[in-house]
Amino acid sequence: MTSTTAPARGRPRRTLAPYAFLAPFLIPFVLFTLLPVGYALWQSLHKTARTGGTFGRTRTVFAGLEQYGRVLGEDYFGESLLRVLGFALVQIPVMLLLALVLALLLDSAVARAKKFFRLVYFVPYGIPGVVAALMWAFLYDPRLSPVVDLLRSAGVHADLTGPDAILWSIANVVTWTYTGYNMLIIYAALQAVPADITEAARMDGAGGWTIALRIKIPVIRPALVLTGVFSIIGSFQLFTEPQVFRSISTSVTSTYTPNVAAYSLASGDSYNEAAALSVVLAVVTFVLSFAFLRFTTRRQG
Amino acid sequence: MSLLTLTEGAHHPTTAARRRRSAGLGPAVAVTSMAAVACYMLLPVYWLFVASTKSQSDLVTTPGFLTAEWHFGDNLASLFAQQDGVYARWLLNSLLYAGAGAGLATLLAAAAGYALAKYAFRGREAVFSVVLGGVLVPATALALPLFLMFAELDATNTFWSVFLPSVVSPFGVYLSRIFAAASVPDEVMEAARVDGASEFRIFRTLALRFMAPALVTVFLFQFVVIWNNFLLPLVMLQDERLYPVTLGLFTWQSQTSRLPELQTLTIVGALVSVVPIVLAFLLLQRYWRAGLAAGAVKS
Repeated sequence: MTSTTAPARGRPRRTLAPYAFLAPFLIPFVLFTLLPVGYALWQSLHKTARTGGTFGRTRTVFAGLEQYGRVLGEDYFGESLLRVLGFALVQIPVMLLLALVLALLLDSAVARAKKFFRLVYFVPYGIPGVVAALMWAFLYDPRLSPVVDLLRSAGVHADLTGPDAILWSIANVVTWTYTGYNMLIIYAALQAVPADITEAARMDGAGGWTIALRIKIPVIRPALVLTGVFSIIGSFQLFTEPQVFRSISTSVTSTYTPNVAAYSLASGDSYNEAAALSVVLAVVTFVLSFAFLRFTTRRQG
Repeated sequence: MSLLTLTEGAHHPTTAARRRRSAGLGPAVAVTSMAAVACYMLLPVYWLFVASTKSQSDLVTTPGFLTAEWHFGDNLASLFAQQDGVYARWLLNSLLYAGAGAGLATLLAAAAGYALAKYAFRGREAVFSVVLGGVLVPATALALPLFLMFAELDATNTFWSVFLPSVVSPFGVYLSRIFAAASVPDEVMEAARVDGASEFRIFRTLALRFMAPALVTVFLFQFVVIWNNFLLPLVMLQDERLYPVTLGLFTWQSQTSRLPELQTLTIVGALVSVVPIVLAFLLLQRYWRAGLAAGAVKS
């Protein structure tokens, strides 16, 4: 596109160089990303059939859309999908709003000790999802939790692992883990806002809040859209936190989120159904990310 | 309603920032709300530290945010003694999977991104589009088909079954392309060519040097992705000695209902696994921002 060295004067040895540089990446990329996607598609269109009764040999036969029909017909499918949808609708706005406000504060003139706060907000992202979930699991566990103790002494009997609360307990873990990361993306984008523009606005008497809303946020819109897309993908792929919480809460069933369901199906040897579920989930995720992109970019221009 | 109470700090800054304008309390309100969020971010870590100094009985009976009798040394000793020191092995595995995996992934991504940014060749846009599509494929969606593919080769439950898939970083290629386009000057490449340097030599001695700060970012991103990847090792590995530390801690935690003493070990193990990573993270934070800024500006 733009900044390329066109090898038009073309000494022939040069034409092979880009392929040589690409190959070491492309070979594992094809093997470990594209091929699994293709394999999942293939799996989803097949089923295991047994010839000659219970003790007959198994073989894989083409099943068309049978696995998809089975997935769509199961109750867990709609339930788990609606659950992550509700999760996304609440958790993503809360997290991104918090990340945006923190980034704007860090970027504003009024904040103090910026470096310290930036470091602190980033700490949770350095903690692996499993460990974060383990930690919060202990903090929710009624037998151990100081949080539950504190609430009880305040007269609130919270059941953080009960059927009503557990989804939002999970949302809290995700918010805790990823707010700082999203804040950093937004903060980095804020550094690209030209200082002379904000300075000129300030001269014209615009307050910090006006500058943030009218100048900074429009400029960093692409970064916000990016964090939105990654958050949507993350929500629909939710797996680690619910899987860890299964050991502290009976409310997290084996089909709690689509990915937990796919894992449970695969553990039960229903690979083909698991593959069909993964494909449907990927399509839903893609459609929603794309719709979000269209929606946000149309409003922009 | 539990969420509201737990994320109290989370809702603070919005209202605080609004109030700031009318009340003119500026700095005080800003810093107070930022401090409230900081407490929210640090509270679990603080609890983890306090809990890891307690004996198993104190863990259940004493208030969670207050220290009790100091048992940290004992806990550490039993952590590394458990199951013949399997925990040290997990730490080492994690470092290998994430460190070596991210190192290799960065090299591959750097070369590919450089090729995409600095050469015009047939199929370039097609390759880049497919790679971008790869960014959107979540690791969790790949784990199960990868397991079945490795199973066909009888290669599950091996080091390579977790290591090899993690050397692929489409996002790293995307970042590298941006960085290469922005930081490797065409004139320098041209001058090197005139001097008779080979394309590979130009990449190795010039391009890599210009891209180096940005490549730290690529490395960090992939390091975190591998370190956090939970589903892939969960489906691939049965042999405990191959586990990364996250999977090891997960199996301990899921056994706590039968073996309560594993609770303490899980907590201490979590702390020990987190401290070096968080430190490394904080020390390298400027690279995150530098990389993210470049990505945000140029894309």
